[in-house]
Amino acid sequence: MSVITVLYFASVKEKVGVGQEQVSPPAGISTVNDLMDWLATRSDGHAKAFASRAMIKTAVDQTHVPPSSPLGNATEVAFFPPVTGG
Amino acid sequence: MLGPTVRVQREPFDPGAELNAFLSQTPHAGGIAVFVGQMRDFRGADRASGEPVSAMSLEHYPGMAERELSALVADAQSRWRLDGVCVIHRTGDLAPADPIVFVAAASAHRADALEACAFLIDWLKTKAPFWKKETTGAGPRWVEATSADDARAARWDK
Repeated sequence: MSVITVLYFASVKEKVGVGQEQVSPPAGISTVNDLMDWLATRSDGHAKAFASRAMIKTAVDQTHVPPSSPLGNATEVAFFPPVTGG
Repeated sequence: MLGPTVRVQREPFDPGAELNAFLSQTPHAGGIAVFVGQMRDFRGADRASGEPVSAMSLEHYPGMAERELSALVADAQSRWRLDGVCVIHRTGDLAPADPIVFVAAASAHRADALEACAFLIDWLKTKAPFWKKETTGAGPRWVEATSADDARAARWDK
């Protein structure tokens, strides 16, 4: 799989410790959920960020998607808490 | 009609000036509905019992925020007959009473304008990628999403 830009926002970003990283997931990572499982192994911060999975919203290439969605040819995947604008 | 306006900006804006600019672009509309959201200086149900909030910062997802707002506007235009739509959202550091969001919808008659305006702010609050962080006496804290916001947005599901 090619390189994916992963973005984190708000409380998720604070837990992970960075707002953005480039990753090359290994073979077998085919859905957003798979990617979260794999990212969670990268550091204690990642593990903490992905511990309460129900509180994480996901977007692929800037479109909201459920975590069961396939990654396909995604170039940008984002993880963030429920939005609170307005 | 003129194309819709969607702006995400760090700079403060003046809702009165924005309304006047919007009105000047929609001379043929018969009804204009406006929603302005501004920063509260308290947390909780009401000001008397709420914890004081001294400052707020608004984080957003650059690119996706603009895309989501534009998609919401397009959805509103497909549901109601609109002569004009304007959505403006602040980011960055805010002080109490600073305007956060401005939504305006113009139509030939009031019903379409009022419903479109309510739809836009209800869906914006559950879909547009913005996050508020409030500063209280106990320090900064992320605002949590509420089920009431989800319920209001769900009224428009179809």
